Amino acid sequence: MEYEPHIKTNNLNVYYEDHHVLKNITLAIPDKKITVIIGPSGCGKSTLLKVFNRLIDLDEGVKVSGEVLVDNENIFAKSIDISRIRKKMGLLLQKPFPLPMSIFDNVAYGPRIHGIKNRRELRKIVRKYLQAVNLWQEVKNRLRTPASKLSLGQQQRLCMARGLAVEPEIIMGDEPTASLDPLSSKFIETKLIELKKDYSIIVVTHGLRQARRIADYVGFIYLGELVEFGPASQVLENPREELTQKYIQGIIS
Amino acid sequence: MNFRIIEEKFFEILMIVSSVIICGVLVLILGTIIVKGLPSINLEMITQVPKGGYYLGGEGGVLNAILGSLYLGIGAVILSVAVSLPVVLYINIYAKKNSFILNFTRFCFDVLWGVPAIVYGAFGFALMLFLGMRPSLLAGIIIIAIVILPILSRSIDEVIKNVPPELSIASYTLGANKLETAVKVILKQSLPGICTAVIIAFGRGIGNAAAVLFTAGFTDNIPQSLTSPAATLPLAIFFQYHSPLEQVKERAYAAAFILTAMILIINILVRLINKIFSKNILK
Repeated sequence: MEYEPHIKTNNLNVYYEDHHVLKNITLAIPDKKITVIIGPSGCGKSTLLKVFNRLIDLDEGVKVSGEVLVDNENIFAKSIDISRIRKKMGLLLQKPFPLPMSIFDNVAYGPRIHGIKNRRELRKIVRKYLQAVNLWQEVKNRLRTPASKLSLGQQQRLCMARGLAVEPEIIMGDEPTASLDPLSSKFIETKLIELKKDYSIIVVTHGLRQARRIADYVGFIYLGELVEFGPASQVLENPREELTQKYIQGIIS
Repeated sequence: MNFRIIEEKFFEILMIVSSVIICGVLVLILGTIIVKGLPSINLEMITQVPKGGYYLGGEGGVLNAILGSLYLGIGAVILSVAVSLPVVLYINIYAKKNSFILNFTRFCFDVLWGVPAIVYGAFGFALMLFLGMRPSLLAGIIIIAIVILPILSRSIDEVIKNVPPELSIASYTLGANKLETAVKVILKQSLPGICTAVIIAFGRGIGNAAAVLFTAGFTDNIPQSLTSPAATLPLAIFFQYHSPLEQVKERAYAAAFILTAMILIINILVRLINKIFSKNILK
């Protein structure tokens, strides 16, 4: 790679009490590509995302060692402003959780927190990002209605718009289609592929088929260790490691 | 017949009977108050303060107690919410899970909940003597606020505990800090539960006689300031009920009817307000 990647980790270790969840992870997330992290449930892949936006701070008994560099600054340094880190790293959760407010306020929530007060500007932002997730046409006449009235698929798109509205540099998804119907899933996948021209994207999934559809790069985590990382075609089709091979063939899970 | 079927039927009937008893108690209470109190209710009763000889069957009404109770109830709820909300937000959002302060605070609320109101009243009276205060609306408000504090805090605590953690996570993910998340997301989502807690606490507070006996005093006048004594409906009921005169006794039931009606009206009002503000919450 000829440029510095947005996210790098050096010897990242995460412990929950005595449980060693992530072991010596050293990796660089390629810019403006979709990196898919695969691995069985409980292997630590969601923890990795939590580390990246420091949501892990909310959990107790956690010890993190090693470095996580986002734009070349260690996000676990004492002087770091967590709010700024989280703004940079958008996260799409497994199940959509609209905030208890109107559709408009859901999208405007982030921008408002980061200091945008002007109503016209907010309206522009809301429109822009609802359009970006193809939700505008469906909701433009009921922006003031509760977000919870939307269908699950619409809610997930709203959550995506809400995340994009704070203008992150990186988009992370923690099994973002796991609770959606096939059509809504397909939409989210298409959208992610579209978004990679502007954002670096990391998606965690245990769906290999999803990985095949969207991944440019794939990392395989097993029992807290990064077993293999490389271009999607190589990792998924000709894995170098025996463990990866076994996982892809469904022998281990 | 199969034993398991008999067992099932037996307990089903037991549950139904229990439910009927609960509803029956409510109907009986309301029935008694209405039957005995309604005949003595008139406009004078709710628009006049007691005139000379009222407690001997003379003219006047219990407006002093109605307003006194209303001021006390509302004042106490406001004061109590102002104290319990920060505490509950602290233990749910800021304090570490299973930390000493969190468990100890919850333990304190539970103990306080069990303390009888008369003890609060006596405590308040002792405190007032120490401070050289006279029985007053303010003293009453403070003591009632303390009486309902554990009820409010523990109920709100339960509500906030049940807010899905993903909601806070969604807010944090967008860069919000704890305070923004607490106020804009968690409180909003908990509003219906908080309203219920407020209604219960208001009912507890306004109906409490023991705690105000020493602290708010009793007077035939409408309280003019926080430092003047205030009459309350529970005490008005108490005094009138002990009259040997049948007519005054009936007024006690009428006052009980008014108290119940006030609680009901506040209940409906709070629910209406809740409906307006909580249309957005996640179900």
